[in-house]
Amino acid sequence: MIALLIRDLRLSVRAGGGFGLGLAFFLIVTVLVPFGVGPEEAILAPIAPGILWVGALLACLLSLDRIFQLDYEDGSLDLLATAPLPMEGAVVMKAVAHWLTTGLPLVLAAPVFGALLNMPPEGFLWIMGSLALGTPALSMIGAFGAALTVGLKRGGLLLSLLVLPLYIPTLIFGAEAASRGMAGFEAGTPMLMVAGITLGSLALLPFAAAAALRINLR
Amino acid sequence: MNAPADALVVRDMTVARGGVPVLAGLSFRLDPGRVLILRGPNGSGKTTLLRTLAGLQPAMAGTMSQPAEAIAYGAHADGLKAVLTVEENLRFWASVYGTDAVEAAISGFNLTGLRSRAAGNLSAGQKRRLGLARLLVTGRPIWLLDEPTVSLDTASVALFADAVRAHVAAGGSALIATHIDLGLEAEVFDVTPYKAQAATDPAAGGSFDEAFL
Repeated sequence: MIALLIRDLRLSVRAGGGFGLGLAFFLIVTVLVPFGVGPEEAILAPIAPGILWVGALLACLLSLDRIFQLDYEDGSLDLLATAPLPMEGAVVMKAVAHWLTTGLPLVLAAPVFGALLNMPPEGFLWIMGSLALGTPALSMIGAFGAALTVGLKRGGLLLSLLVLPLYIPTLIFGAEAASRGMAGFEAGTPMLMVAGITLGSLALLPFAAAAALRINLR
Repeated sequence: MNAPADALVVRDMTVARGGVPVLAGLSFRLDPGRVLILRGPNGSGKTTLLRTLAGLQPAMAGTMSQPAEAIAYGAHADGLKAVLTVEENLRFWASVYGTDAVEAAISGFNLTGLRSRAAGNLSAGQKRRLGLARLLVTGRPIWLLDEPTVSLDTASVALFADAVRAHVAAGGSALIATHIDLGLEAEVFDVTPYKAQAATDPAAGGSFDEAFL
């Protein structure tokens, strides 16, 4: 299973792998928002956690269809399915690889982009924490959506429509935790909710995604 | 490895593609040390049969028995990653299957000079050789091969035949769907007589799933 993770990471950093795509998209969102709503700190700072969360979510969405589609097209998904690797394990490893190449860079870059949005420094830890807790759920839910749409040509649209509603709880609680923490309020409850969503999706969705893949490979 | 339990036995199997049966009543066995060549015209269901045996789709009827963890499937597509090198591609599959036969596979399919070349830069025949070399790193006794010689030149076909011979001599077996003569000592199994009758009336025995297949 580690071999699959290493292969996917290697593929993502080589030419055409799409590493950095999410990060660049995240940067574009955070740079454009101040142009759109104006640079006043009074306006920007309160909405900064929400903008960062929406940006992270969309950046995540951008690279989802690559999770299984490329392997499906070149036939390696068939071969992986017949390999001694359990499909559920392969799904988890693919989601982990997606998180390491998309979610983790977003978490690490969040304070920098927060500064672009006039976010007060006391919010940095909260936005990083909530993103670190929430983005694994985004990758795992996304892997499930990608598994559902893997055989479809141009399945990206359907994938987005399927996955977005599932992303909403993570977004609500994640953004809530970050903005409460930034404002100095008690943020434990939304943080726990985000952690719960992440753990729940990590526990259940690999099985659902593996079942969807098996059906799509028939 | 030579015990009868190592045989791949298929009894009365019906395989379907897209919910429509294509081959029915198939029965054959593949003992260790034997090669079975599948023949049949295009669209006769050879690939469907191989995918069913590989476990990628369920059979509509019938049973198969096989030793556990024994099958290596070689599909039409090679499953290569264009940006990884020849060696990296093989190393990945070797670690998935938990074997360490990369060097033997590279030399067995004459890929030594290409080992650090990205798979995306190989010619069609070289890619195919790399795809076949993957079988050697799986270390599995039963090979299911779907048109393995597509885009290979005669020298490479001979290399492939040698690899199959060595595999069979070591107690392995192979089920190969092909149209050309590989020069192997093999039985031939023609699937043409097993063509399934035209689809039955869907209203009669239609299960819930059929509407979605």
